[in-house]
Amino acid sequence: MTGAIVTKPIRRTHSGWLLAPSVGLLLLWMVVPLAMTLWFSAEQYNLLDPGKKVFVAFSNYVDLLTHRALWIAMGNTLFLVGLVLGITLVLGTLYSLLLDLDFPGRNICRLLVIAPFFVMPTVSALIWKNMLMNPVFGLFAWITRSLGFGTIEFFSRAPLLSIVVIVAWEWTPFAVLILLPALQSLNPEQVEAARLDGAGRVALFRHIQLPHLLRPMAVVAMIEIIFFLSLFAEIYVTTGGGPGLDSTNLAYLIFRDALLGWDVGRASAGGVVAIVLANIVCIFLMRIVGRNLEDSK
Amino acid sequence: MRSEGRLNWGRALIGWTVALGMFFPVFWMFLTSFKTEITAVATPPAVFFHPTLRNYSAVLERADYLAFAKNSIAVSVGSTLLALALAIPAAYSMAFYPTRRTRDILLWMLSTKMLPAVGVLVPIYLLWRDLGLLDTVFGLILIDGISVLPIVIWMLFSYFREVPAVILEASRLDGARQAEELFHVLLPLCTPGIASTALLSIILCWNESFWSLNLTTVKAATLTAFTASFSSPEGLFWAKLSAASTLSIAPILIFGWISQRQMVRGLSFGAVK
Repeated sequence: MTGAIVTKPIRRTHSGWLLAPSVGLLLLWMVVPLAMTLWFSAEQYNLLDPGKKVFVAFSNYVDLLTHRALWIAMGNTLFLVGLVLGITLVLGTLYSLLLDLDFPGRNICRLLVIAPFFVMPTVSALIWKNMLMNPVFGLFAWITRSLGFGTIEFFSRAPLLSIVVIVAWEWTPFAVLILLPALQSLNPEQVEAARLDGAGRVALFRHIQLPHLLRPMAVVAMIEIIFFLSLFAEIYVTTGGGPGLDSTNLAYLIFRDALLGWDVGRASAGGVVAIVLANIVCIFLMRIVGRNLEDSK
Repeated sequence: MRSEGRLNWGRALIGWTVALGMFFPVFWMFLTSFKTEITAVATPPAVFFHPTLRNYSAVLERADYLAFAKNSIAVSVGSTLLALALAIPAAYSMAFYPTRRTRDILLWMLSTKMLPAVGVLVPIYLLWRDLGLLDTVFGLILIDGISVLPIVIWMLFSYFREVPAVILEASRLDGARQAEELFHVLLPLCTPGIASTALLSIILCWNESFWSLNLTTVKAATLTAFTASFSSPEGLFWAKLSAASTLSIAPILIFGWISQRQMVRGLSFGAVK
């Protein structure tokens, strides 16, 4: 009771100024670049010829949308996001279920499993590109040759899949990092009760553990989608978007337009497409997640 | 009891296989860093060899490696300090003086992370160029600091919320001003929480690669950019690359291992405690 009496007058002291710097900076961060992207996307503006800025309304978009590069990049982006997300969620859940069990050394195993998440993306990409997947000196090449399959040129034969493998290796630990504690926070009595009712492992997972994991899974999916839409370092280091456009995603296409072609207008139009895509995916996902959450109640 | 024991060993076998498999690429890089350049590309791959420290001394003797390392330290520590300086007052105000809009503000902060970095690459690049921030450590600190700010605020907010309001009220009754309440009461109480928040922020900024690859060239390039420069096909320097990579990831890997349990809260935006 005294709490209410004491806090009331205090609340009148203004604390908004404590919040203002953070809110202001984030607002600036959100509004200014976004407005600029929108504005540039309506201009013909090349940094190699900066004097010639012309307002062209939608022609950058028309140019972009009628060119097959954008659609290829968009397809690659969705392929990357979807496949890596699927792999990390499935493997992350399986590894979490495994590490949730009691066995000798499981704490060390957990540390080993989450390690790849802390490796910087450029280093991860280089380890895979050189020491593992190099067609001549790589470890995989030696294994496939020893087994009589010959040499597989991972990055020219299946560039996108090779990148999927690398990114999935980096981000499965993230799923484990979030899902394992979530699993461990499950009420043990509930699990015990289900066991006594004769629930097997599958039933236990389907009716108790999985519903409990849906919310953390949604968080994992959201964060991963945001990161995967801007996936860049792994492509930059391994394939450079090639061969052709085979492993070019939206982020890499925009980078090429902007910092290699200096075409600000087109790159900005691409940026707007990326933002729209991010928001569609996130809204879509939140819908599904929201529905699942209601169903499980 | 015996079948239980056997089950445990079965689990252990699968668990260890998975764990060693996931860790293998890192281990292989670590091993390669002690090989000579010739054994590094030997076929069949050399598992037993005379270890050498030459790669490490070669990497450390290159003045530019240390310059990149210094930039990485400056950027990750700098952005973390910037984010903490902004986030501590904000989280304090929202945790202890909540208003009707607090929830919305928190969610809005989270939603700023939904803007994919690539969508604003062009304006940020041009702004940074015009402000003279391109290829400067400060420019990178600014952008990394803003990028981690929502996560830092969320994480601190969840720690501050756990401090019983009674403790702060007691100090208020003693006539403490807000600043005293914050610095002398709350911060000492939340040191572990602030430390793990800082650690997570350092890890994220250290590994950040989109902005450091696009906004820096030479002067402010970090270790992510430095290691990326090894991607050029001319000359295979796998052993030196491995030594440089090992040095670049070791501190962060250790930080990550130490604080993994606490950082879940920040990474999941409070969905998992």
